[in-house]
Amino acid sequence: MPIQRNVVLNTVILIMMLLVTAGIEMKGTEMFLPHIWLVPLFPLAASAVMLLFGRKLSNAAVSGFCVGSVFLSMWFGFGAIFELIARPAAHRVVEFALFNWIPAGPMHTTSGHLVNFNAQWGFLFDPLTAVMVGIVTGVGFLIHVYSTGYMAHEGGYYRFFGYLNLFMFSMLTLVLANNILLMFVGWEGVGLCSYLLIGFYFLKKSAADAGKKAFIVNRIGDAGFLLGIFLLVGTLGTLNFSEFRGAILAGHFAVGDAALTAIALLLFVGATGKSAQIPLYVWLPDAMEGPTPVSALIHAATMVTAGVYMLVRTNAIFAMAPRALAVVAVVGAVTAIFAATMGVLQNDIKRVLAYSTISQLGYMFLACGVGAFSAGIFHLLTHAFFKGLLFLGAGSVIHAVSGEQDMQKMGALSGKIRTTYLTMLAATLAIAGIPPLAGFFSKDEILAHAFRANHALWLVGWITAGMTAFYMFRLLFLTFKGASRVAPEVERHIHESPSNMTVPLIILAVLSIVGGWIGIGGRFERFLEPVTQAAPASTAGETPEAALMIASVAIALAGIGLAWFLYIKRTELPDKIAASFGGLYRLVYNKYYVDQIYDALFVNRAKDLGLTLGAFDRTFIDGLGVDGAGWLTRATSVISIYWDKWIIDGSVNLIANVVRVLSIPVRWLQTGRVSSYAGFIVLGVLALIGFYLHAAGYTLANLRP
Amino acid sequence: MIGTGHYLFLSLALFLIGVVGVVTRRNVIIILMSIELILNAVNINLVAFSRLVGSVEGHVFAIFIITDAAAEAAVGLGIIIAFFRNRETVLADEMDLLKW
Amino acid sequence: MLDRIVFDLFAGLAILSAILVVTRRNVIHSAIFLITALLATAGIFLQLHAEFLFIVQIILYVGGIMVLFVFVIMLVNLDVALHQMQFRRQWWVGLLLAIALGAEATAAIYIGRLGLPGPETAPPASVLEPNTELVGHALFTGYMLPFEIASVLLLVAMIGAVVMAKRRT
Repeated sequence: MPIQRNVVLNTVILIMMLLVTAGIEMKGTEMFLPHIWLVPLFPLAASAVMLLFGRKLSNAAVSGFCVGSVFLSMWFGFGAIFELIARPAAHRVVEFALFNWIPAGPMHTTSGHLVNFNAQWGFLFDPLTAVMVGIVTGVGFLIHVYSTGYMAHEGGYYRFFGYLNLFMFSMLTLVLANNILLMFVGWEGVGLCSYLLIGFYFLKKSAADAGKKAFIVNRIGDAGFLLGIFLLVGTLGTLNFSEFRGAILAGHFAVGDAALTAIALLLFVGATGKSAQIPLYVWLPDAMEGPTPVSALIHAATMVTAGVYMLVRTNAIFAMAPRALAVVAVVGAVTAIFAATMGVLQNDIKRVLAYSTISQLGYMFLACGVGAFSAGIFHLLTHAFFKGLLFLGAGSVIHAVSGEQDMQKMGALSGKIRTTYLTMLAATLAIAGIPPLAGFFSKDEILAHAFRANHALWLVGWITAGMTAFYMFRLLFLTFKGASRVAPEVERHIHESPSNMTVPLIILAVLSIVGGWIGIGGRFERFLEPVTQAAPASTAGETPEAALMIASVAIALAGIGLAWFLYIKRTELPDKIAASFGGLYRLVYNKYYVDQIYDALFVNRAKDLGLTLGAFDRTFIDGLGVDGAGWLTRATSVISIYWDKWIIDGSVNLIANVVRVLSIPVRWLQTGRVSSYAGFIVLGVLALIGFYLHAAGYTLANLRP
Repeated sequence: MIGTGHYLFLSLALFLIGVVGVVTRRNVIIILMSIELILNAVNINLVAFSRLVGSVEGHVFAIFIITDAAAEAAVGLGIIIAFFRNRETVLADEMDLLKW
Repeated sequence: MLDRIVFDLFAGLAILSAILVVTRRNVIHSAIFLITALLATAGIFLQLHAEFLFIVQIILYVGGIMVLFVFVIMLVNLDVALHQMQFRRQWWVGLLLAIALGAEATAAIYIGRLGLPGPETAPPASVLEPNTELVGHALFTGYMLPFEIASVLLLVAMIGAVVMAKRRT
């Protein structure tokens, strides 16, 4: 691969575009903000091209279309972000509609008001959207570039990028939507793309099953989400975010209102499905069947964060429902620690990262639950950097060891794949919460707010932080350090990944290091204030901030130390500990048998219902209905045959026979003998004469003399 | 005096005998002869009326009938000869090629 | 008186000959009796002052047609036919038909007898004198067309007879 030429070319293009953009911005007229509707359209167009013609295109053409479309989205997106920042704080909101999507007309809300129901295809760009668009397009672009290297030798290259671009379109629609119904469209779209991409290797049964599982579990959450939307429309009379935020802030509703609590809980159910919280997290570990870039983009950086985004978007409702917020916080905290325990014992490198993602998402929900919405978004941002980097790095490692994913068969790779090792080290330090990397700032802010709200929540979060540090460094040590447990034929092929894979790693590593610094001094929180102002910040109690920070760092170092001890110093200990805690070990290793419990309770029951319905269908619908109709048709056709044969044909034959019978005497006249004919002639003469005589009046009566 | 009736009845008698011959006999030649008898009967009728009306037209008609009888006899006998060559028979019963 | 006797003689001869024509087994006998019947008819013509017709009857009918008949009888082998059944099986049908026809005609004549011209109302026989000239005159003036047609008919019959009887080689 001509590395030097590509790098130089791409850098030149990038610099030129930056200059052009800067120049346009200098002029003062906003170029990007009015055109943000193009941002989702670029990837949609590329996806359509891929799915219609992609088969005939070369890999280079596919890459050009798809990576190029995301690049354009990124350019427009970042341009819009800069333009938004350039505006004064009070005017940082742009909203407009492309067209009226469902103008259904007047309807009554539950409180009796008459409102006009109108769902638009509209766009909203405010600070929160800016953050999300930045993450989605930026990290998305880096992952697209990475994929050109990772998927280079895979079949279905065009299909992968087609789905990936379709995902970008859905996700961007989700974050740019100005009303909850359009957000739901994007929500469903990302669910669909998740299914398509998880089951990308569709010939592998486990991959196909994982895709189905993801989609079905998502749908359960979506049922709750949809009910929440209905209740929201009924109660508040509008779907538009700005409008219902306005309605709530105007004070029409009391704090703790039952309807709002119900809405909040239902929306949270949707969020648990999409963002893999208890009880709907079971699909995320299985989703690792998909290609690693998919795991990085969808299951780390963007899709799973949609739940958090949705919560923050509707924070006005949640602020009015403290009970719902409490539920959110508890579920988040419990999920965080629960997932962390499972991550400690997994051996598949991607599974560890999957449980880590669930755990970190728990942190984000914990933040939202205690009212620190901007802290949740901040953690979302930093998480996108280091988790994306971790997944991409894992992909790079897997690429290096020819597809091996079991950490027990890796080891001593740090010298052989240096770039991957160093970037992953940066990411692991970030996720462990070591200052001054990104993860420290965001996690610390969450723990501070949690402490302010409830000490128990803080404790759970603190312990989870220690466990996170432990299992992440366990991953690092098992993969890169220690003795080499690599299979001999794999060892020969260990090589560093090409530059289109390592450059995104490096960029993300830099972001993981410096990304947290925008939160210093509360700058990030102030930036998001217009969106989160409705949320009552938890009562400013005493927060021993410095002590908390030291505590966090201490437990993180403790976790790292334990990992070093067990996996570098005394590597025989883990197995001994596992043996002595046999039962507990097996329980946790098998993920508390949750999948099996769900199977028995729900999945098999649903299958049974399906079988019953199938039997019903076969017996009654097919049997009586279809087969019965067939039998009836055949029976009537038999009658029809007889009718046709005996009566229709019979009457035809009857006519023929009548003619035949009538013609018998006529036939006998044809004797062929002249004498007979002469006799008939005489007979005719006789008759004729008699007729003429009669006509002339010569009747028998005149015979009397 | 010999009235019209006498001649009419004579003509009728000859006519009937001729009819019997045509319908009854099997030999074709005899059938032809019977036809000649019929024609003769008609001739007698015509001439009788011609005498009693006083015009000569009956005679003229009778001449035509005789002419026609001659032609017919000639052709008929030719046919009989032709048929006899094929079938070796002069019996009308056996000339039934037109029989169904 | 003489009239009566002549009439009875010729009429009786004619009817007798006719019956014999129809009933003989031998065809030559039938032919001979037909000749006598024709001669008797000629006599009737003479009695009716139809002299021309009397001559024509003898020359044409007897001298032409009957000779033809006799020739043909000679050509056709009749030994076989001599021993076969002469009358058809349903001969009574013909008889019945003839009787019916006779009865009908007799009834007609009887009913209309008053309209018939009788000897009293008949014009004298001299109306038909000179017979030949009158017949010739009528034939060549009033009945010219039938005369020509009759000649064509004879031509056609001649050709027809020749064609029919010709041996196909």
